Parts: sequence; C-alpha cells; structure tokens
Amino acid sequence: MDLVTPNLGLMFWTGLIFVLLLFILTKFIWKPILSAVNTREKSISDSLELAEKTMAEMKSLQSQNENLLKEARAERDAIVRDAKEIATKMVEESKNTAKTEAEKIITSAREAINNEKVSAMAELKIQIAEFSIQIAEKVVRGELSSDEKQKALSEKLASDFQLN
Amino acid sequence: MAFKNVIKSVFLTCLAIFSLNVSFANSGKEKEKLEIMHHISDAHEWHLFGETAVYLPIILIDGGLKTFSSKELYHHGTVVNVQVPEGSEPIEYIANAELGYAICHEKIYKLDANGELTFHEGHPKNLKPLDFSITKNTLSLFFGATIILVLMFSTASFYKKNGAVAPKGLAKFIEPLIVFVRDDIAKANLPKSKYLKYTPYLLTIFFFIFFNNLLGLVPILPGGANLTGNISVTIVLATLTLLITVFSGNKNYWKHIFATPGVPIALLPIMVPIEIVGVLTKPFALMIRLFANMTAGHIIILSLISIIFVNENAAWGFLSVPMGLFISVLELLVAFLQAYLFALLSSLFISAAVEEAHH
Repeated sequence: MDLVTPNLGLMFWTGLIFVLLLFILTKFIWKPILSAVNTREKSISDSLELAEKTMAEMKSLQSQNENLLKEARAERDAIVRDAKEIATKMVEESKNTAKTEAEKIITSAREAINNEKVSAMAELKIQIAEFSIQIAEKVVRGELSSDEKQKALSEKLASDFQLN
Repeated sequence: MAFKNVIKSVFLTCLAIFSLNVSFANSGKEKEKLEIMHHISDAHEWHLFGETAVYLPIILIDGGLKTFSSKELYHHGTVVNVQVPEGSEPIEYIANAELGYAICHEKIYKLDANGELTFHEGHPKNLKPLDFSITKNTLSLFFGATIILVLMFSTASFYKKNGAVAPKGLAKFIEPLIVFVRDDIAKANLPKSKYLKYTPYLLTIFFFIFFNNLLGLVPILPGGANLTGNISVTIVLATLTLLITVFSGNKNYWKHIFATPGVPIALLPIMVPIEIVGVLTKPFALMIRLFANMTAGHIIILSLISIIFVNENAAWGFLSVPMGLFISVLELLVAFLQAYLFALLSSLFISAAVEEAHH
C-alpha cells in the first residue's frame, strides 16, 4: 500500500520544481527556440517559394524571349521580303519609266526628225520650184528670144495639140 | 493491497520462469523482494554500495521547521525490533531519542513520551510530522531539473548566438524533439488558433518525464531513483493536466458535461455524475499509466538481476545479464514512449476542452 500512497513532501517538491521549470523554460527557452525555429521555417519556405517563382519567371521569360526572337525573325524576314519586293518593284518601275521615257524620247525624236524632214522637204520643194521657175524662165526667155524661135515653138505646141 | 499482490505475482512469475529446477531458500526470495520494494520506493538515504550511503537532509514541519541529517537516524539511531504475534511480518524501526523521531519503512514518526512507537496491526499509530525532506526522489528531481535547464539553456544560447540557422551540436539533438512535440503532439491535436498556447506546457511535461525516465535507468548516483514511477510525482503531473483541462474548458465542453445534447433531462441526474467521473478518470489513467510502467520496468530489471542472488550462483548471470540488458534497452524505448504518451494524451484532453462545437 505504501507504493500507491502519495507522499505530501515529494508532491510538494515535484509541484514546486515542475511549476518553476514550466515558468523558466517557457520564458527563456521554449519561446525563443520556437520563434527561432518558426523564423527559420518561414525563411526556408519563403526561399523555396521565391525560387519556384523565379524559376517560373525565368521560364516565362525564356519563352517570352523565344517569342520575341521568333517575332524578330519573322519581322526581319518580312522586312527583307518587303525590301526585296520594293527593290524589284523599284527596278521594274525605273525600268518601265526608263523605257517609256526612252520611247517618248524616241517618238519625240522621230517626230522632230519627221518634222525636220517635212520642213526640209517643203523648203526643198520651194527651192526646187524656185529653181524650176528660174530655169523655166531662162528656157522660156531662150525659146522666146527671136521671132523664129517663137514661131517654131508655137508650131511645135500646135503640133502637140494636134497629136493629142 | 490488490496492487501489491499484482507486483508480487509479477515478481514471482519472473522468478518462477528462471528457476524451474532450482530450489532456493524462502528467506532469500523474501529478502530480494524487500530489496526490490525498497529500491523502487523513496528513501531518506541514497545507498551507494556496501555500507556506504549518502545521507539526505530531513526537513520536518512539527511546530516549526526542523532539519537534521538522516544520518542522525540511520547511523546514530537505535534499531528497535518490535514484538509481533507469531506468523506476521517482523517490524523494526530506528529511533533517535535525542531528536524525538523514529523512521519506520522510510516514514518519519514522532516518538511518544516513552521514546518509542506503538503499533497497531503492523502500522505505527504515532503522529506523523509533515515531511518535506530532500529524499532520494527529491534529489533526483532536482538533478533532473538541473539537467533539463542546463541542456535547454545551452540549446537556447545556440539560437541566441546564431539566429535562425540550421541547428548544430546540442541543438541538433534537442530541436527535432521540440519540433516533434510542437507538430505531432500540439499541432496535430489542438485547434490551430490555440495550440501555441499549450505547447510550452506539453514541451515541459514531455522533457520532464523523458529526462527523469532516462535518469531512472542510470544505475548509479544521481540516477536510479524511481522518480517517474512514484505515485506522488505522477499525481502532481496528472493534476496539472486536469487543472489545465478544467480551466481551459469552454462553454461547449461544460455543456457536454452538465447538459449533454440529445440526452433527455430525466437522464441528466445519472449522466452528470458519470461525466464528472469521466473528467477525473482521464488524468487518473495518466497517473496510473506512468507510475505503473516505470515501476514495472524497474521491478523487472531488478528481478532479473536478483535471480543471481536468489540462486546464489554467478552462472545465472549468463541468463540474467542478457535479459536485463534487453529489458534495459526496452526501457529506453519505454522512457520515450511514456513521455510521448503523457504529452499526447494531455493534449487530447485539453483539445476536448477547447474544441468548438461542430454539429
């Protein structure tokens, strides 16, 4: 029975020591340690979160970069294609312009030549007509310089009419 | 008495198993039994070896504070053998007439006018002064508390010095235990908003029981006292859990005790006493569990070692030493397990008291 009979003295000491221990440990040990452990756990989980976030960001950045690169490439291609097109167009256009210009010049030259020709011909005709008239005058003067000649001519002319 | 019989039968079974065809003197068996019972009980001296013992101070409140060394009784006292009727257990006590006190079965009694104790049915009838002596268990208690404080202060200083970094050294050993109590005992059972309030208590009770259990397994001074297997210690710890449970009980908890929902009013006169008994049973079970486990462990180890002395043959050491070693290792597990269980069940009882209604 002694074994299961509580002893007042030991109960007193146990209670005293335990309550003191509870007080001292709570104030000076458990709170600082738990807060330190908490802080560490929080910093670890925060770091992990941050790392994950950074990784996700990096990934998105990478894909963004890739997209950018792709876009840039596409843009470059487009620019090059456009430039080429424009260049060909320009060449074509300039060729065309040159051609039309040349044609124009040629036509206008032809026209000018023609005009010159016509005017030259006209002048030539005028000159020839003048020379013909002068020659005819001289011939007529020669034909008509004596009576005999006048007579022979008229006779001849008369005979021509008769022949007709 | 029933409990003593249980212990007796456990002890005798242990002996019977290992002493099949060996006959031994009945007196030897009785002597070992007394030795074991003496060991697991509290004492006013700390027996070391042979005739050497540390005499502990005796502090009495008997019309004022009286202090003297237990040497005055054990060493300078006179041994008195009491005349007992034929067939009953012999009784002896040590009296010191100068001081006016006697010690019988480790209890202090005041001597009567004739300078002796009077017995009735084997128990002294004399006055018992209030005994606040530094007994073997009290000294072990002080030592255990000192160990806890030293270990914990050096752990805390690590964090103070290094801040919230990964633990090293002692902190590496203590911190997992603290985190274990916080996460697997407090956080797992108590409501999220309240668990931090009770964690210090659970941590203290866990380390108090764990370290004192381990100290009880150390066979030499300052270990070896059966502190956590002493009913006085477990009753205090269980009472603290009861007080915390009762004082943190919310409306919901008391409603379940005094007006259990869904129970007809006519049944309440029966239910309320049952519920109140239920409140007391929980810490009572805590008290008995720790006491019985630790005491049983001590008894088993001592019984196994006693085999050698009962049979008076050192060859039995080949059996009792390995068995004793095995049980000692098992006791290491039990030391942790009982600390864990006490804290776990305390947290469960507290959680029942602080739980919000959820119907």
